[in-house]
Amino acid sequence: MWRDIILAFRHRAELFNPLIFFTMVIVLFPFAFGSDIGLLNRVMPGTIWITALLATNLSLEGIFRSDFDDGSIEQIILSGYPLTLLVIAKITAHWCLTGLPLIIIAMFTAFLLSFPEHVLQTLFFTLLLGTPVLSLIGAVAVALTIGLRSGGMLLSLIILPLYMPILIFAMLAVENKMAGMSVDAELYFLSGMLVLAMTLAPLATASSLRIRMS
Amino acid sequence: MLTPWLSWICALLLIAGLYGGLIYAPPDYQQGESFRIIYVHVPSAWMSMFVYVLMATAGGVGLIWHIKIAEVFAKSCAPLGASFTFLALATGSLWGKPMWGTWWVWDARLTSELILLFLYLGYMALQSAFDDRRVAARASAVLALVGLINIPIIHYSVEWWSTLHQGATVTKLDAPSIHIDMLIPLLIMALAFKLYFFTIVLIRSRTEILEYECNSKWVSDLLNETEVSK
Repeated sequence: MWRDIILAFRHRAELFNPLIFFTMVIVLFPFAFGSDIGLLNRVMPGTIWITALLATNLSLEGIFRSDFDDGSIEQIILSGYPLTLLVIAKITAHWCLTGLPLIIIAMFTAFLLSFPEHVLQTLFFTLLLGTPVLSLIGAVAVALTIGLRSGGMLLSLIILPLYMPILIFAMLAVENKMAGMSVDAELYFLSGMLVLAMTLAPLATASSLRIRMS
Repeated sequence: MLTPWLSWICALLLIAGLYGGLIYAPPDYQQGESFRIIYVHVPSAWMSMFVYVLMATAGGVGLIWHIKIAEVFAKSCAPLGASFTFLALATGSLWGKPMWGTWWVWDARLTSELILLFLYLGYMALQSAFDDRRVAARASAVLALVGLINIPIIHYSVEWWSTLHQGATVTKLDAPSIHIDMLIPLLIMALAFKLYFFTIVLIRSRTEILEYECNSKWVSDLLNETEVSK
């Protein structure tokens, strides 16, 4: 995992690209909708979430690409080192490098758009619980599509439907908070999805990698 | 071998179900005649989920025990399931126009069904992206299993979100809130849809296997046999 993070820091451009993309897309929205604060406040959480989905989606391929290209994944499978552990490390590294900074930037952009603070907290929690799930589910899809001819497009095709439930619950939480209701149920549900994804996704990713290598 | 039998029973049931649904069943006291679209809508919605579960199970079986038939079966399921899903969505929106006054609402059940359609499409896209059939089957089986978590979300979405879509009227255990004269044709239709699915899926799997094994001996033997008998 540390190796991945160090490697990522050596390729600084690649590391920052998704984050810059994220910020820029968010900045595009006020231009599209006008600078009316009330309207922006309403569409902002959705914007942040959708942009987070897209940014994760774009950065996902990096999880396995270099190792796939130079054949190290094959070597690791052959060496008998538990592939699941490696996958967990890779996903954690991916989340630390995209998910975490994404949340921080999301908070800043939300301040930029003078977002009400109590809702911001909910948004923060949904992102904190949701982005790891994005990385985890994404890893499975990446393992399935990496190295294919139309890999990038295909990746989005399979991954976005799987992301929808997370988006729905995150948005429900933010909406409930705006309406002054409790958000416990949605947050619990998101945590449930996180736990489920944490237990199952690494296994699925490892087995898909094996399938791809066979 | 089962195919002709299945298709005949299916045709009979389809006719019976259509007759019962379109002519025999009394019009609904609220919705009038247009409720009759449920005789297509509800069975295809059921089938859309049923086929997905079946497909994922077959995919899982193929993945674990490396049974080629299961892989082929899963692959043949996907386009059928996608068409059932599409049918459910299309008939639903045709019905929604006079009833809710709109073609589409962003209601949980509709949205989940749409997600299901996307899952099918993604599955088929992944299936066709590989050159090697075995790898394709196993890779997409993983995807189908991952997507399987979506099925309960679809099913329980009605309870979780308070929505515009009417609740289920048949599967309530105590007393179905649908009149028995309406229910019987509906069940017949559901059965007919199921048989239709099995007929087509068997034909598709057979074609698929023949295509896959087109270089092997038994296929050429089979071909020669049919030509001789002609």
